[in-house]
Amino acid sequence: MLSAVRVHMSIATRLQDTSEIIIQPRSKLSFLDFAELWRYRDLLIVLAQRDVKLRYRQTALGVIWVVFQPLLAALIFTILFNQIAKMPTEVPYFPFAFAGFMAYNSFTSTLTKASNSMVQNTQMVSKIFFPRVILPLSVIYGTLVDLAVSSIIFFGLMIFFHLPLTLSLITAPLWLLLIQILAVGFGLITSAIMVQYRDIQYALPVLIQFGTYATPVGYSLTHAMNQLPSQWSPFFILNPLSGLLDSFRWSLMGTHVYNWGLCISSALGAIVIFIIGLAYFHRMETRFADVI
Amino acid sequence: MSSDTVISARDISKAYTIAHQDHHHTTAREALLHRLRHPFEGPRSEEFWALSNVNFDIQRGDVVGILGRNGAGKSTLLKILSRITTPTTGTVRLKGRVGSLLEVGTGFHPELTGRENIYMNGAILGMTRKEIQRQFDEIVAFAGSQVEGHLDTPVKRYSSGMYVRLAFGVAANLESEILIIDEVLAVGDGEFQKKCLGKMHNVAESGRTVLFVSHNMGAVNALCNRGLFLERGTVKRVGVVSEIIEEYMATSDSQEGIRYWNDDINAPGDDRVILRSLQVNNINGNVISTVGSGEPFDIRISYEIRQPMPHFRMAFFLMCSDGSTAFFTSDAQIKEWQNKTREPGIYESICHIPANLLNEGKYGIMIKADIPMVVNIIWDQDSSVTFNVERTNFNGEPIERVAGAVCPVLPWEIIFNKKK
Repeated sequence: MLSAVRVHMSIATRLQDTSEIIIQPRSKLSFLDFAELWRYRDLLIVLAQRDVKLRYRQTALGVIWVVFQPLLAALIFTILFNQIAKMPTEVPYFPFAFAGFMAYNSFTSTLTKASNSMVQNTQMVSKIFFPRVILPLSVIYGTLVDLAVSSIIFFGLMIFFHLPLTLSLITAPLWLLLIQILAVGFGLITSAIMVQYRDIQYALPVLIQFGTYATPVGYSLTHAMNQLPSQWSPFFILNPLSGLLDSFRWSLMGTHVYNWGLCISSALGAIVIFIIGLAYFHRMETRFADVI
Repeated sequence: MSSDTVISARDISKAYTIAHQDHHHTTAREALLHRLRHPFEGPRSEEFWALSNVNFDIQRGDVVGILGRNGAGKSTLLKILSRITTPTTGTVRLKGRVGSLLEVGTGFHPELTGRENIYMNGAILGMTRKEIQRQFDEIVAFAGSQVEGHLDTPVKRYSSGMYVRLAFGVAANLESEILIIDEVLAVGDGEFQKKCLGKMHNVAESGRTVLFVSHNMGAVNALCNRGLFLERGTVKRVGVVSEIIEEYMATSDSQEGIRYWNDDINAPGDDRVILRSLQVNNINGNVISTVGSGEPFDIRISYEIRQPMPHFRMAFFLMCSDGSTAFFTSDAQIKEWQNKTREPGIYESICHIPANLLNEGKYGIMIKADIPMVVNIIWDQDSSVTFNVERTNFNGEPIERVAGAVCPVLPWEIIFNKKK
């Protein structure tokens, strides 16, 4: 009896201090509600873990795929650029290309998963309230787990190729983080567009394929800039990934950086694109449940 | 807003834009091509107001039944209150967290175990990890012993019944101050439904507020103390639940004797099953709107099945004029159809009602097409047909009027002993 009363009272007190929620048309000036995002932090964690759990549980191939994909891609590039085209690099070509793919794949994997996140969770989006931005953000965790696996491989390669450990290594997570921020920034925009226009999902793989060659994954930025006529240079400078990949590879292997100014502006560019992505997503968000 | 008002809606309106058929682009390619071909064309879309100027206040501890026909704006209102979509104009003030059971089991993943899904689903519904841990045992107890024994089994191996129990267990134990429930009690067996209704009672008694949407007038009447009647996007009336039900039943736009639907747009159903007609026939096969209590008659339901439907059944509620159910019956009573998958095609399910069953009065037939305990396909007032029963014998001659819901002819016996 007493405990029943206590339960009743605890609910009553809880009711007293709950804050008021106001539902109204969203003002054009509003931005992300960070307090609400914080309240839903557990959902972010659970969703992030779900994707990883499922991938690594369903298939033993899940892990093997993470290991072999960049290895295989780096091998093909080694044959193409190093053996056939005889492209010069400052460090052994194989770990050079592997590092490039590590970073580039982390970009494309987050971009692809973030882009699909709304459409894949249609039921959740149309039936339940939660800060939608959690869905595209949650995919980063999966990519980070993959990166952890492939960085173990990379350290194996460092030992195998007798690459020296440098102090710059401690900045590597920073560059990877910036690459993730850039990927999610783009992913926020594409996921919002995809709610209405599903065919973006067919365009994306083509762009990613193209980007493998257009971005300095298998060659160094310096090499490309020196070899190509100068009218091509805006093509690399405007691609925020070029600068970030360049600095990521510097941090791992001490390779030459084309231009530090470019690296810093790429980093700032990534942050700006992330903020634009958040703002665009936030603006489109109110229509999701009606359109999806 | 008084201290006891937990929901206060002011001038809520919601407009949906309906693009015309030739303008509705689902791909960026189409949209782009259209723009290139017709560069100077302005947007040509129509606005549809699902809700207009809706105002109401709900007090703490109220259990409010929301009534209205399909298209009256019930689901739009619930979507706004549960914050899935924003209103076009107006403001709602809510005191406390809203838990919605618009769709139980959202976010459930077949590959995850029962335990993992509890955490997953709880988080989606807005619970923190701590809250879920605190409620965990209660959730499992609510879901029943069968689920309890399979907590670490992926839910893809669960039966549909277990799946629903677990999903409802999570949702029902959500610690929210305002709970929105839509038709979920429709699933599950009688015992489980009772459990759900009991849970709703507890929620209301602990001072929390419940919004309940159901076509089951009996349940609305039993559970709710207030009613909100929506009609064509506006609030027709708010008040004591019995009065609201009465008004709702009185304005029922059901038709007498027969209803049929030629087009897919208005016909109840979806891409799985769609109703074609519903009629009351006398023994000669003619449509009738009035039947004598002494005559047998048929209730004939025509429908089209568009994809193979395992365990499907066609059923109806026979409703009395006060909103209570006289009885429920289904064609799953036919043994040979019970576990048969119904292949696509046109079907007719006919229920023979014997003479001397119903007493005089006005009755309504409300269709329920479903896969029992899994999914409801059709279940609404819009599919209803009414008919009258008069006190007559088999030849249509008036006989003595009697009281009671039924007027069966029962086997009597008279034992007579002549006084010695």
